[in-house]
Amino acid sequence: MSTQMQPQTTAATGFTDLSARDRVRSLLDPGTMHELLTPFDRLTSPWLEKQGVVPQFDDGVVIARGKINGQNTLVAAIEGSFQGGSLGEVGGAKIAGALELAIEENRNGNPTSAVLVLETGGVRLQEANLGLAAIADIQSAIVELRAMQPVVAVITGPVGCFGGMSISAGLCSYLIMTREGRLGLNGPQVIEQEAGVNEYDSRDRGLIWGLTGGEQRFQCGLIDQLVSGSVGDTRSAVVQCLASGVPAVHPSEAWLQHKDALQAIDMDQPMTPSYARQILQQGDDQ
Amino acid sequence: MSTLISPKGLQWFAALTKQCQSISTPIDSVRIADGELGAHSCRFLLVTANPQAHFPRARRGEVGLQEGIALAEAINDVIEQDAHSDSKRTLVAIVDTPSQAYGRREEAMGIHQALAASVSAYARARQAGHPVIALLVGKAMSGAFLAHGYQADRILTLANDAVMVHAMGKAAAARITMRTEDELDVLAQSVPPMAYDLKSYASLGLVDTMLELSPASSDSDVNEAPGELDTSLVEQALRTTQADILKQPRGLSRRLHGQNRQASLRVRQMLAEQWNAGA
Repeated sequence: MSTQMQPQTTAATGFTDLSARDRVRSLLDPGTMHELLTPFDRLTSPWLEKQGVVPQFDDGVVIARGKINGQNTLVAAIEGSFQGGSLGEVGGAKIAGALELAIEENRNGNPTSAVLVLETGGVRLQEANLGLAAIADIQSAIVELRAMQPVVAVITGPVGCFGGMSISAGLCSYLIMTREGRLGLNGPQVIEQEAGVNEYDSRDRGLIWGLTGGEQRFQCGLIDQLVSGSVGDTRSAVVQCLASGVPAVHPSEAWLQHKDALQAIDMDQPMTPSYARQILQQGDDQ
Repeated sequence: MSTLISPKGLQWFAALTKQCQSISTPIDSVRIADGELGAHSCRFLLVTANPQAHFPRARRGEVGLQEGIALAEAINDVIEQDAHSDSKRTLVAIVDTPSQAYGRREEAMGIHQALAASVSAYARARQAGHPVIALLVGKAMSGAFLAHGYQADRILTLANDAVMVHAMGKAAAARITMRTEDELDVLAQSVPPMAYDLKSYASLGLVDTMLELSPASSDSDVNEAPGELDTSLVEQALRTTQADILKQPRGLSRRLHGQNRQASLRVRQMLAEQWNAGA
C-alpha cells in the first residue's frame, strides 16, 4: 500500500517499531496483502474536524485480507500513534464490518480466521457514543466468528490495549503479548482520577507493568503466549495459535473458574503482582 | 464522581418481577428473576448497588469482577437449559449502572476478562436465538453497558433525564479533554455522539423505543417507585418488542440506520464492495 520505500523488515525487527500497516504486512504471507479501505479511499472521521483535530485518511485502522501459512486470514491493526489508538465511528466500523464479512465468508464455506493487532486506549472520546457502539458491534462479531475459526489478539505496545477493546481482546480465541505490552480495562490515569492516587498511582510504572504487563498476564494465565517482540517471534506465535484451531473453551468462559478464588481475596492484604499470581494460579489448579 | 446511589434499577426490577420467581445468585449486586413475558418465558437481570460487596470498588452498582461472573453464569445457565428447546427464553437486562469498577484489585485480577464473560454470554444467547432486550432506566455507562445490555437485540429507554448512555462521565470527560462541562455541552450540539442527552443518543440510531411515562415517573428527581400505569406500559413495550424480535432477522445491523451514524453504514458498503476485489 505504501508509496514510499520501506526499510527492510526482517525477522529480527521489533514488531512494536512498525506502523500498523507494516505490522499487518509482516504477519501476512509475502505478496498476499490486499488492503481494504486504504487511505486513498479517504474515509475520514466525520467528527474530528469539528473539534479541531486533523483526521487521518484511514482513521487509524488498517484492514487487510491475505494468507497466513496459506490460510485465508483477515488482519486488522489499530495505529497507536493516531489519537492514542482510540476507536471512533469509522475505524470501529472498519473492524466490525471486516469481521462481519469474515463471518459471511465462513458461512459460504471459505474458512477465514482473523488476527487483531490491538494498540488502543479504547473509545475515542471525541466520538464517544459512536466508538462505544462500534465496540459492541466488534464484540458481537468476534463471538460469532470465533465459533467458526480462531480469532487471535496481538498486544505489543507502546500503547497497550485498554477500555472497551480490552474486553474485545478477552473475547478472542487466543491472546499474544510482549513484555512491553499492557492489557487492562481501565487506564492508569482514569483509575487514579476515579479512585484516588492511593488506589492506583498512574506514575508508578513498576506497579503498572507489574500488574498489567505481558509477563504478569502470562504468569496469571490471562494470555496464551508471551513473545520477545521481534517480527519473527510474533508471527510464529500467530501461526501457532491459528494452527491450534477453535479452542474447546474460550478465555472468556475459562476465566469463570476463578470465581471462588476472587471471593477468597483478603481485602486487608495489598494487591501486589505476586499476590495476584497466587490467586489466579490457584484457580488454574482447580 | 456521583455520590448518590440510583434507586431506579432496583425499583423497576421490583415492579417488573412481582409475579416472577427470584433466582439466587452468589452476590447481592446481581438480581435475577424468572417469569413470563406474554406467552414466553423470560429472565430479568439487574446489576445494582450492594454496600456490603466483597470488592470495595463495586459497591455502588458498578459492574465489577463478581458481577461479570454472576451475569455470565445466569445467562450461560439459560443457554444450556434451553439448548435443545425450540422456545428460547427471553433475556431482559435492566440497566442502571454508573460504570465498570475502577480499582487496583480489579485490574490485577483481569476485570476485562470478567466483563468479556458477560458480553460473551449475552452475545451467544442472542446468536443462539434468545430474544435479548435492554431496558435503560438509569445510567448505561461505558464498559458497564458493554457488559450488561449493549449486546441486546433491542434497546428500550425510559424518556427520562435519569437515563444516560456514554463512554465516560461528564466530569471526567471534561477533565480529560480540558474543557468545562458547559463547554462540553456546547460542543455536543454539533457533535451528537459526544452529547449526554437521550435525544442526541437516539439520533445515532441505537434506541428502538423511547417510553414516555407519566409526569411523576419521568421526573428524575423523584425517587418513587414506578406506578402501576407506568409498569404496565413498560411490560406492554417489552411484550411488543419480544414479538417483534421473534419475527425479524437477528443481529445488530438494524442499529446502522441512525441519522447521525451514516459513516458506519458507508464503511460497511465500501468494505463489501472491496472484499472480493483482488482476492
